[in-house]
Amino acid sequence: MMASSYNAKEEDGHHPGSSNHGGTGPSSSKKPDNTAFKQQRLPAWQPILTAGTVLPAFFIIGLIFIPIGIGLYVTSNNIKEFEIDYTGVEPDSPCYICAQNFSWNSTTPCICTVNFTLQQPFENNVYMYYGLSNFYQNHRRYVKSRDDKQLNGDLNNLEDPSSDCEPYRKIGGKAVAPCGAIANSLFNDTLDLSYVESNGTLNSIDLQRKGIAWWTDKHVKFKNPAGSNLSVAFQNTVMPVNWRNPVYNLDPSDPDNNGFINEDFIVWMRTAALPTFRKLYRIIPKKSGAASTLPSGSYRLKIAYNYPVLSFDGRKRMILSTISWMGGKNPFLGIAYITVGSICFFLGIVLLIINHKYGNRSSSADIPN
Amino acid sequence: MLRRSLNRLLGGDERRVDNRTIYIGHQSFPVNEAFIPPKFCDNRIVSSKYTVWNFLPKNLFEQFRRIANFYFLIIFLVQVIVDTPTSPVTSGLPLFFVITVTAIKQGYEDWLRHKADREVNKSTVKVLENGEETSKESEKIKVGDIVEVTENDTFPCDLILLQSSRDDGTCFVTTASLDGESNHKTHYTVPDIERDLQSLSATIECEQPQPDLYKFNGRMHIYKNDQEPTVRSLGPENLLLKGATLKNTQKICGVAVYTGMETKMALNYQGKSQKRSVVEKSINAFLLVYLCILVSKALVCTTLKYVWQNKPGQDEPWYNEKTQKEKDTNLYLKMFTDFLSFMVLFNFIIPVSMYVTVEMQKFLGSFFITWDKDFFDPEIQEGALVNTSDLNEELGQVEYIFTDKTGTLTQNNMEFIECCIDGFQYKHRGACSELDGFCVTDGPVNKLQQKAGREREELFLRALCLCHTVQVKESTEQARSQGEDCIDQVDGLPVEDEALQPPQEERGFIASSPDEIALVKGAMRYGFTFLGLESKTMKILNRNKDVEMYELLHVLNFDPVRRRMSVIVRSRSGDTLLFCKGADSSIFPRVRQEEVERIRMHVERNATDGYRTLCVAYKHLSEEEYAQADEGLREARLALQDREEKLMAVYNQVETGMNLLGATAVEDRLQEEAAETMEALQGAGMKVWVLTGDKMETAKSTCYACGLFQKRTELLELTVRTLEDGGRKREDRLHELLSEYHKKAVQDAPPVKAGGSRGRFFGKQDYGFIIDGPSLSIVLSSSSESNSNLYKNLFLQICQNCTAVLCCRMAPLQKAQIVKMVKNCKGSPITLSIGDGANDVSMILEAHVGIGIKGKEGRQAVRNSDYAIPKLKHLKKLLLAHGHLYYVRIAHLVQYFFYKNLCFILPQFLYQFFCGYSQQPLYDAAYLTMYNICFTSMPILAYSLFEQHICIEFLLKNANLYSEVAKNAMLRWELFLYWTLLGVFHGLVFFFGVRFLFGNPALQDNGQVFGNWSYGTIVFTVLVFTVTLKLALDTRHWTWINHFVIWGSLAFYVFFSFFWGGIIWPFQKHQRLYFVFANMLSSVSAWLVIILLILLSLLPEILLVVLRKPRGPYARKLSEDDLLQSSRLQPSHHCPIST
Repeated sequence: MMASSYNAKEEDGHHPGSSNHGGTGPSSSKKPDNTAFKQQRLPAWQPILTAGTVLPAFFIIGLIFIPIGIGLYVTSNNIKEFEIDYTGVEPDSPCYICAQNFSWNSTTPCICTVNFTLQQPFENNVYMYYGLSNFYQNHRRYVKSRDDKQLNGDLNNLEDPSSDCEPYRKIGGKAVAPCGAIANSLFNDTLDLSYVESNGTLNSIDLQRKGIAWWTDKHVKFKNPAGSNLSVAFQNTVMPVNWRNPVYNLDPSDPDNNGFINEDFIVWMRTAALPTFRKLYRIIPKKSGAASTLPSGSYRLKIAYNYPVLSFDGRKRMILSTISWMGGKNPFLGIAYITVGSICFFLGIVLLIINHKYGNRSSSADIPN
Repeated sequence: MLRRSLNRLLGGDERRVDNRTIYIGHQSFPVNEAFIPPKFCDNRIVSSKYTVWNFLPKNLFEQFRRIANFYFLIIFLVQVIVDTPTSPVTSGLPLFFVITVTAIKQGYEDWLRHKADREVNKSTVKVLENGEETSKESEKIKVGDIVEVTENDTFPCDLILLQSSRDDGTCFVTTASLDGESNHKTHYTVPDIERDLQSLSATIECEQPQPDLYKFNGRMHIYKNDQEPTVRSLGPENLLLKGATLKNTQKICGVAVYTGMETKMALNYQGKSQKRSVVEKSINAFLLVYLCILVSKALVCTTLKYVWQNKPGQDEPWYNEKTQKEKDTNLYLKMFTDFLSFMVLFNFIIPVSMYVTVEMQKFLGSFFITWDKDFFDPEIQEGALVNTSDLNEELGQVEYIFTDKTGTLTQNNMEFIECCIDGFQYKHRGACSELDGFCVTDGPVNKLQQKAGREREELFLRALCLCHTVQVKESTEQARSQGEDCIDQVDGLPVEDEALQPPQEERGFIASSPDEIALVKGAMRYGFTFLGLESKTMKILNRNKDVEMYELLHVLNFDPVRRRMSVIVRSRSGDTLLFCKGADSSIFPRVRQEEVERIRMHVERNATDGYRTLCVAYKHLSEEEYAQADEGLREARLALQDREEKLMAVYNQVETGMNLLGATAVEDRLQEEAAETMEALQGAGMKVWVLTGDKMETAKSTCYACGLFQKRTELLELTVRTLEDGGRKREDRLHELLSEYHKKAVQDAPPVKAGGSRGRFFGKQDYGFIIDGPSLSIVLSSSSESNSNLYKNLFLQICQNCTAVLCCRMAPLQKAQIVKMVKNCKGSPITLSIGDGANDVSMILEAHVGIGIKGKEGRQAVRNSDYAIPKLKHLKKLLLAHGHLYYVRIAHLVQYFFYKNLCFILPQFLYQFFCGYSQQPLYDAAYLTMYNICFTSMPILAYSLFEQHICIEFLLKNANLYSEVAKNAMLRWELFLYWTLLGVFHGLVFFFGVRFLFGNPALQDNGQVFGNWSYGTIVFTVLVFTVTLKLALDTRHWTWINHFVIWGSLAFYVFFSFFWGGIIWPFQKHQRLYFVFANMLSSVSAWLVIILLILLSLLPEILLVVLRKPRGPYARKLSEDDLLQSSRLQPSHHCPIST
């Protein structure tokens, strides 16, 4: 550095003004371009946020948000939702025995029935959810314990699943299909809903199994391994340890709903965001005509109690809900919109007052200047 | 016998540390006594940092010493070693990129240094060896070599002048590149040296290398065929310094005494240490805060994780069993790895990309300085130059400006302005003035258009022509062949009015002081031309075009104590005349008093106008008077002891009873707009100190001229003169003066409001402080430590309360010392040094920001500076506009970056509370990586390049705006806290807003539910939109680029999300985001919540902007009117009604 600097002086002493100017680079040796960009004079929009511009915005926001909020709130309130906890913690609950006597080894499911009454009829499509609490589907070890390649029908991964699936990867040298903790813990309670007629006869309600999973999941993300026959395709694999049926036999009623593309399975595989969650279980389609989908009255829920949750202090629920354009029942959005809208409106008023006063003050303060 | 003992003595000397002995030409002595050739360093200059071998380890070491790089390295290693939620690529790739780019850049710079070193070290010099002239590479010069240097070459090392091609044993040297004095200095050969250097047998004994350029002590022992060795003393006048250039002398021979890194030049060189800006320090401080946040987050999570896991059934429920490996791991090791995993999960809070963005901002931003056409100087056809882009923002933080005088404040271009003869003022009116251009504008008596007697007039002009040490440049052809060269030297005064008097003007003058040339030129304008000095005869061409001859009898040299010089000449007619010129204070007491009053008035008026004034007097010497003086002078000159004192006595005796002829006024023309610039800088709250190697009087007048000192400024002087006033010990007097000034300037002065405009206090006494080099060294290196500290403190306090400080007679290193002192004083203010010469290099390097002026004195100031500008006047725009904007831009950039990463990571942290503290990332890996690289980096980069919160014209017009961002105002902890709280607020809103929405995850109108990746994607969408719109709210200057980049980024995010979720990516293990984004958009609720949360997040921001209508930090009611006016005046321009 030093040498260079002093050396420069030497050169300059000899040939000042002539050659050395090139040394600073061609960019600086000529006059800088007089372009708007280089001179930082690009035309610019210079918005000024003043009370004058913001005040109307506040009022407009308020005026838009409050109606939306009210609309949302009303919509949410119009959604009918019925929820019943069938975990069986309390001794008097119908599933208490099933819950207490749960054993992984039992071959026959423990059946319990829960009776409930709908005060109001449910119109349109009714969606039946199962809800779990204190179930950490979003635990890191759990979330990553799957092999999406296997689930996409990749034959290599079918017989040699990803190490992410540990410790549910292989049993006795055979690959688990589907592998991983998520698949292993597939929710396997069976819920059957019947309408109890006034005369006491049970009228079984048709529960539709299709349309509960994302279309893209069902048709693209999840694919069965190639093969003429599913049971052949899966012949070199074993089913997860907690399962009762192999993956190719998840839905005996519908051959197209088996294997990895079983919708119950797909729904389960979409890990929930929070430890308390619900998942779509069945759809009760709207009845033709004016009849309610689920008229008010007594119902009986028959549960094949296969899924233990007491060990981790969990809860199981069955939820019946109608759906609006905004989804399921959730008053949060409506309330939030009304609140924010009101705040904006209120602030608008406050600002108006402040601005009014301040405007006076500043104009008077400007005079002495 | 005697010689032997002497040799032994010399040997002993050599072992002593404070002396070195040099054997000229490496000649061994006739004596057979064995002597060990002393070892000195070679003449190699090393400024490079790395070699090929140590580059990689050393550079990596240097890079990882940076706290941020080290941190990222650690994170990367953790990711490699430990099973972490994110892949090592996410942090490894950016780190690798940053390290590589930096290494390449630094390697290239070092290669340039190597090249420059090589150029110096390999340049050939002529060395006399065994009677033959051999060419050697410069680096091979050894101490004791006899080196030959030809005209206009620089000396390759420090030499003792042995032989000169000039008859009188002198040579001329310009030390412009060393101390900035561009005049020619005369150096002398050692007397009594044989013409044949081969037969010379001598040793030099001199002190060890020391950095003071003006000090040298040595002895030369000359051995002549078995005679007693003659001893000659050596002083600075015999020493030719490396870096100086030989002028007007064909060639010289000298013996090398100091070489390589031991030369005075090298010792005066200060290593270019890496400068760090305040902003970078702030970044590091903020970084530490965020590091603490990060660590505490990880600690909290780890602790809670183990608390949570302690509950039965939580750690390993049946649905989520651990692998065998996990079960086997030691609990404490697991805790530790969990902690590290959390660190990795949250590490994005300190983004690599911030460093990349800051670097890019600095690098790209600095182009605006080079591109600025206002910095273009048509004279040298060059614009500004940016040597380092690291300090752009520092330009907006300057509190102290240290400026060189010559060539920086002034043009180093003396011009004769006017003279006054017998009380009549003669003003030279440009080129049109003829001989009769003399006129009287004011005078003691109002004699309009009258002139002094013709005789007096001519006598005065003769005095100007004779009383000087100017030489006429001998070979005009040579001068011409060198083209502009002579213009570059101060002595070859630029020939401006060549057309007026072509024959005379063609000659170049050489003098030790540019004033003298100006005077000679001035006389030339009035018809008296100095033709030259030939063998003791001075020739003058008078008005009648006759040549007058004067025999030069004696020159009574100028010295700073006497502050005058005289010549004694004998005219053809036999009259012996003494002409004397000097400062008024030293002339007035020595002339007849009745003449004084008439002149004094002119002198004072000229002095206040900022001109350099000199008085001219003469005296007839009778024969016996002359004889007496002649004898006295000869005697004193030959005296071996107390020569100086004796000479002084004779001078004083001769220079008495003179007749005052008149006075002259010479202007060292100020740089263009120097005064305006200084005023603007002071108005911006900066303090200007002038540090110069020049004489006090000159410097003072410059200070007056450029408005640093004003008429009412009371000057506090701390110079050798005032110190020696009382006749007591200097140090006592120093103490006394300091306390007195301190009382005056500090204690009695009303307290200065900090941060306010410290420009001019009307109605309050202004103080100016003057100190010179010797006094400063007493202040700085007082005998006792406590005293020294006390003096330093007093000195600093006084200086801080003065409007301007002038330090004159400064050695380069002293300049740096002053800068260092101010830099390290309380509050550690930001300093800026500006200079054009090599003597300014050390202070340029020392100050926080060094600015080089592309002046006449070469380029080393430019090379060592951080920024170089063609003229002083450009400093105003550089600081007030560019500096201010850069500071605002980068400060906002830094705050914004921390903010946006805080609200990026906070939801991820909060999510841990809902996922069993399992380090589950909330966002997909692609989002984690891309957030800082693609989605949010461009808008802030564009902002930090193009933002003009106040338009440039307005900034220039209102210097006081500068002080609003002073003291790192935009990176204060309060503001940092504000941004942090904003980040926390946003993070909370994002996370919990979506959390409440997910109270029922059935968000689609077909009853289907959303999972955790949808959750993350909604949060992320809100996040990206909010931080981008937050920046949009802060943008005050929307160019099309801002529009493009802000809306483009958002569009890119949407596009990318579709794309990323639209394909089953074969290389990905998990297809987490498959159609998540599209599904999200199909949900009305998601839309509504996104809109709501964005608005809710920005609401306080909007509110704040409105409530702080007087515009928070930019509030200035006073300027509002100006603003209106200015915008009214310039309706065409995009000047904002700034906000």
